[in-house]
Amino acid sequence: MTEQLSYQGTEDYIVSNDLQNSVNISVALKRPLLIKGEPGTGKTVLAESIARSLGLRLIIWNIKSTTKAQDGLYVYDTVQRLYDSQFGEQNVSNIKQYIKLGKLGEAFESTERVVLLIDEIDKADLEFPNDLLWELDVMNFYIPETGETITTNHRPIVIITSNAEKELPDAFLRRCVFHYIDFPDQKMMEEIVHVHFPDLEKQLLAEALKAFYWLRSISGLQKKPSTSELLDWVQALTIGGIEPSKIAQEIPFLGALLKKNQDFDLTLRQLHTRGTDNSSRAKRGW
Amino acid sequence: MYTNFFYTLRREGIPVSITEWLTLMEALSVGLADSSLSGFYYLARAILVKSESHFDQYDLAFQKYFQGIETPAQLLDQVSKWMENPLPPKMFSEEERNELLKKLGLPDWESLKAALEERLRTQDGAHHGGGNWIGTGGTSAFGHSGFHPGGVRIGGESYGQSAVKVASERNYRDYRSDETLGVRQFEVALRKLRQFSTRLDGLKDQLDLDDTIDETCKNAGRLKLVWTRPRKNSVKVIVLMDVGGSMTPYANICSQLFSAVHKSSHFKDLKFYYFHNCIYDLLYLDASNNPRKAVKTEDILSSLSSDYRVVIIGDAAMAPSELMMSDGNIYWGLGNEEPGITWLQRIAKKFPYNVWLNPLPEKYWDRVHGYQTLKIVRDIFPMFELTLEGLDWAIKKLMVRK
Repeated sequence: MTEQLSYQGTEDYIVSNDLQNSVNISVALKRPLLIKGEPGTGKTVLAESIARSLGLRLIIWNIKSTTKAQDGLYVYDTVQRLYDSQFGEQNVSNIKQYIKLGKLGEAFESTERVVLLIDEIDKADLEFPNDLLWELDVMNFYIPETGETITTNHRPIVIITSNAEKELPDAFLRRCVFHYIDFPDQKMMEEIVHVHFPDLEKQLLAEALKAFYWLRSISGLQKKPSTSELLDWVQALTIGGIEPSKIAQEIPFLGALLKKNQDFDLTLRQLHTRGTDNSSRAKRGW
Repeated sequence: MYTNFFYTLRREGIPVSITEWLTLMEALSVGLADSSLSGFYYLARAILVKSESHFDQYDLAFQKYFQGIETPAQLLDQVSKWMENPLPPKMFSEEERNELLKKLGLPDWESLKAALEERLRTQDGAHHGGGNWIGTGGTSAFGHSGFHPGGVRIGGESYGQSAVKVASERNYRDYRSDETLGVRQFEVALRKLRQFSTRLDGLKDQLDLDDTIDETCKNAGRLKLVWTRPRKNSVKVIVLMDVGGSMTPYANICSQLFSAVHKSSHFKDLKFYYFHNCIYDLLYLDASNNPRKAVKTEDILSSLSSDYRVVIIGDAAMAPSELMMSDGNIYWGLGNEEPGITWLQRIAKKFPYNVWLNPLPEKYWDRVHGYQTLKIVRDIFPMFELTLEGLDWAIKKLMVRK
């Protein structure tokens, strides 16, 4: 029986109760935790926070569109071996030195318990998650070239994030614990910003959040601003020394929040109508 | 324990499997629910529900199981599910109508409502073509595309004009993922649409094993590496989709195909255009069919190379004039000098790899309203029904020149 680890969040990462629950459930049940949510809600940072909170090493496996499941297990560098057999000095009969473990292999082989983050699994090929089912289930794999089985003594805590760009296969989903990170409400957002900018003026923060949630409420935005953009923006506001009273009215440095041209135009139009309602056509400074 | 909750969830349409259920039991046995209802709520949701689109249904099931709260909205969803894959509209003659009218009489609204409630409680699945249950193409008081002198039309198009009240607006806007045909299955089918080629541009960053062996041998056993470009899909696709009008009942399946095509990143190029009923001199860039957001069909024909695969999605059922006559365009004011059929023939000639996907089930193709035009279109394009199997066939067809 392994000791029960309990995740409580860390100082720099505000975690909601149910997310904390989900993490603990997945740790206790030894199942991968699948995290979905809007971009910028801190899916990737969660793994870092878990690792820090539990005092474990974090191994990150970043998935790209070209990533194959095999890459995560091991790569047999045949070319290097062939090369060494002709030009190298060392003995090439030991295949083991040409087997390079991937991130998953590294996590399995580790002598201590680790946190393994499989980041943006939906980026990969459609069949990718299915190819990993067995390895994630039994937490070992076989290397035919050396006749070795890489197996784990300490089941890693597996966190998988997805941006829902592709549907994940059912067989894969069945084995996961699932959590959807909701977009934080204003109160929680205050805490999050406070963690990053402890010295921020109350009034500035309140005004900034007001403007931020107003922006998010505009219908038809192609990409709503997210937490990370809000943080950038707040930083820009403090550096720019903007008067808190002007923030909601003018929304300076809009470019920090919106990344698409159409969104920009749409917001300016909305801001304009709102501005004329208040009969104050303020000049804007971005 | 809680076994009924399992079935409640499944009834709500959440695809809970036994594996997941056993996982939940395991979690409960090690005390992960904190012996509280809210603890159980989060625990069960994290283990059993794998998509945020099911959270709403989960909440409904939870309420229902633990508090017994009635949920009429959910009932409507249930009915919508029965109404999928409807029979095509059945046309009743005047005599038939009168006979039915005599037989069934005109019920009043109150008793109709009571009867509908009773059906909602007792009906267990889809019933089409009958006279009692909620379904399509029959003489029941509930459903659509049939006839009843004083019935409630539930979803569908108004054909018999006798519906007292439309009870459901949500019919085809149903985005639940428990449908047999999902986006993922479409995606998997679309993946077969590929043709690998190494002749595309790109870095030579892959070891060509055969050539390396050859060259090394020629080099008297001294290793010589040969690099090549990775194989990439060279398939280019044009999708032309019929929207609006008679296509509205199929909006759901079309939108699934649409998202599957867009998620397929393996095409070298993908063009998406819209049309209404038939293709004329303009193709539209979005589903609103706004002439200001359109391109000339002629430009497409001349600018795109003929190795594009053309997939047309439409029911091909229209008024014969729309297909055969000049100025037959259903939009008044948008005259067309040449009849639609000329444009269709041009497209088929220019792009020899082509298929037509029809959301109408194949068995109705020769008797549905508009079958005349459907037959003509079928002579121009190989036509398949828009099902998983039909798509498979269509893709096989697309890979070979007909």
